[in-house]
Amino acid sequence: MSFRSIPRYLPWPPPAGRRGRPALHRAALHRTALALAILSLSGCDALMPAAPDPSTELVGAIEGLSAPQRAMHAAGDAEFARVFGTADGLGPVFVAPSCESCHAADGKGHPLFNITRFGRMQAGTFDPMRSAGGPQLQDRAIAGYLAERVPGAATGVARFLAPAVTGLGYLEAVDDTTLLRLEDPNDADNDGISGRVQLVDADDLLARVVSLEGVAAEGGPTRGTLVGGRYIGRFGKKALAVNLLQQVATAYHQDMGITSDLIPDEIFNPAVGAFSGDRVPEPEVSANVVNAVTFYIKTLRVPPRRNLSDPDVIAGEQLFVTGGCAACHLPTLTTGASHIAVLDRVTFHPFTDLLLHDMGPELDDGYTEGRATTSEWRTAPLWGLGLAASTQGGTPRLLHDGRATSIREAIGYHGGEAAASRAWFNALSADQQRRLLAYLNSL
Amino acid sequence: MRAPSATRALLAAAVLLCASTSVARAQAPASADTVRRPVQEGIFDRPFIGSVGRTAIGGYVEGNTAYVSEDGVSEGLSLQLRRFNIFLFSTIGTRIRFISELEFEDGTEEIALETALIDVQLTPSFVVRAGIILPPIGAFNVNHDSPRWNFVDRPLVSTEIIPATLSEAGFGVHGRLAPPGFGLTYDLYATNGLGDGVILNATGRTRLAEGRSEERFAEDNNGSPAFSGRLAAQRQGLGEFGLSFYTGIYNSYRIEGEVVDDARRLTIGAADGSLALGPVELRGELAIASIQLPADLRESQGARQFGWHLDANMPVWRPRLRGFPDAHLDADLRLEYVDLNRGRFTTTGAPIGDDIAAVVLGASFHPAAGTVFKLNYRRQRSHDLLRNAASQLGAVHVGFATYF
Repeated sequence: MSFRSIPRYLPWPPPAGRRGRPALHRAALHRTALALAILSLSGCDALMPAAPDPSTELVGAIEGLSAPQRAMHAAGDAEFARVFGTADGLGPVFVAPSCESCHAADGKGHPLFNITRFGRMQAGTFDPMRSAGGPQLQDRAIAGYLAERVPGAATGVARFLAPAVTGLGYLEAVDDTTLLRLEDPNDADNDGISGRVQLVDADDLLARVVSLEGVAAEGGPTRGTLVGGRYIGRFGKKALAVNLLQQVATAYHQDMGITSDLIPDEIFNPAVGAFSGDRVPEPEVSANVVNAVTFYIKTLRVPPRRNLSDPDVIAGEQLFVTGGCAACHLPTLTTGASHIAVLDRVTFHPFTDLLLHDMGPELDDGYTEGRATTSEWRTAPLWGLGLAASTQGGTPRLLHDGRATSIREAIGYHGGEAAASRAWFNALSADQQRRLLAYLNSL
Repeated sequence: MRAPSATRALLAAAVLLCASTSVARAQAPASADTVRRPVQEGIFDRPFIGSVGRTAIGGYVEGNTAYVSEDGVSEGLSLQLRRFNIFLFSTIGTRIRFISELEFEDGTEEIALETALIDVQLTPSFVVRAGIILPPIGAFNVNHDSPRWNFVDRPLVSTEIIPATLSEAGFGVHGRLAPPGFGLTYDLYATNGLGDGVILNATGRTRLAEGRSEERFAEDNNGSPAFSGRLAAQRQGLGEFGLSFYTGIYNSYRIEGEVVDDARRLTIGAADGSLALGPVELRGELAIASIQLPADLRESQGARQFGWHLDANMPVWRPRLRGFPDAHLDADLRLEYVDLNRGRFTTTGAPIGDDIAAVVLGASFHPAAGTVFKLNYRRQRSHDLLRNAASQLGAVHVGFATYF
């Protein structure tokens, strides 16, 4: 046997009079034709899966955006979903390769992508251990680099579960004056609740993001104001981020190792002893990308409510107020002026006061940020609580680190200022507890 | 975009399937040429349109329309010219042959030299091969020309686990042992292997196909060759069954001679089969991949993968068409599944998601050998990494592929 070349071709046009094989059953042909006709009539859409019930998911833009706003939202959505690889500038040390890794379907995160932060107490002050890679641990690395590990000298280690990003535009649009009005640091009203705003030291980044957002909020100098030379924080477990632009730029940098116009230098890498980088020129994303993602998050709708007419839900709402839960998980807030019309002076229901509260030793990880004590946490918004499991693999992971797998368990961890409410909940009858949980699940 | 009636769609599909089945009863067995060709000769067993001297030229082209909707959201209709490939074949001597294939993918978005190899036959059972070769991981990587497949999309196991089409610079031997009525073929090659892009790529997961760097034809990224091989048995008129493997170090653990990382290996094991059962042709492939990863990336990227597909094609109609004596219409069914990250989360103990299951119904019209028009309807269910509620995808493809 040897190799052969076999040039083959069909004559063109085919020889006249050449015919195919005999025909088939006529009835079968008719049935095929009928089936094809039905398919044609039904069209492609009839063959496609239906959209999920919007009340069962978090994703979605605020109704009423203009066409250019919808385009910007879509551009931000694409960037939010974008996965960074090594060739795109990921790392060299990082936590997750995309926004969606931590905020799947815009919802709460999964322990797989928990963010670890650490530091140590020294002479009564908290040292974020920057020379050891702190305060945030980048626990993954690209090839050739070592993932960071918490140094043995750390006295406080906290793990942060990524929050849902829906509705954050509303929270951002709340005026600083509203938050200051809600403060009661010395419990002047004697209700056992003493929330206070987070105050963050000004730096170049903060000044810039506040300035950029200040232009957007022209005519309303009500956000990004200085209190004693510091800015009011409102996003993050300890409310360290002043606005969403800062949050997004910082997340690109600290969570993904992606540099931007706002933060153009790579993360300090203690394993190398330098601000070592990848081989991708800085900045790895442009200001357009950061702005688009910020706008996307700003314009995500609030989580949908469900079962509003359920008698248990209605009764549970009364219990929620009676038990003092609403003192911190404030049901209603109002935004200030905004250039985004749908966010301009509207009332919404986040179930948070955006203030820091002492949650007692149960939730004290020995770690802190800004002026918060180690046991102080910003009140978590409860909207979307009943949908948490839908983005967390089917099991809810609640509280700042996801340690609670049910609302009941989460309530059990409430100490400090919330200890009285926890005791009240424990004293409720089984039916009353069920109604309260039904209400919380409807959020 | 919302679907007005999924029930109506399913009813229509059922009617089509029913009609096709009844037509099939009236048919004689098909030529079943696709399954009865030895996979090993797949790249040579192609029509060539003509020759100049000792060189023949040929190729194939494929294109399609796509209407895809996922969870009720559709981008509408789009058209693609997926591939335009040109072959050059030369008989350099009675025992030396050369073949090359230049691929234009998505128009001219990606242009690649997919094959350029020389075979030197010492005996039929011992042929030395060198050049840019197609490592025989499963059957599809070698035998993937679109005119030979009745589906517009390639099997997921062959694109998401086996990195088809994988072509690499390398050399090796292959041969055919042919006892009467039975065939046995083998292939064994050393190649440059896949590169760093296997992990931490833009897909967010381990994807072997992302390890196909542009530089792999010029030099190995780590100086450690990959090895691949396939052993296959053929029964004349019945089909073929093959077992294959691919293994190699994929990461750049040495830079300028300095060891900077642990050497990490990936290994793929695959089984493929084709079978002609009367009028029904069956083709399938199964693959398991194991990828060594740094501990911090195992769960998020995926260290173990598994997948399979099974295609069934059956001629249901031979129309009387002037000038198309061999025309026939096939009914097609594909079942496929890939698990791109096997295992459980250490943090929660829950199973890791990242899997896809799909059913594809199709009808393919073959007006002449080497030309096929395809109508496919795909339903796919996929889980994300966290195994949240499955995403539902539907797609209608109308496509064509032809040798020329």
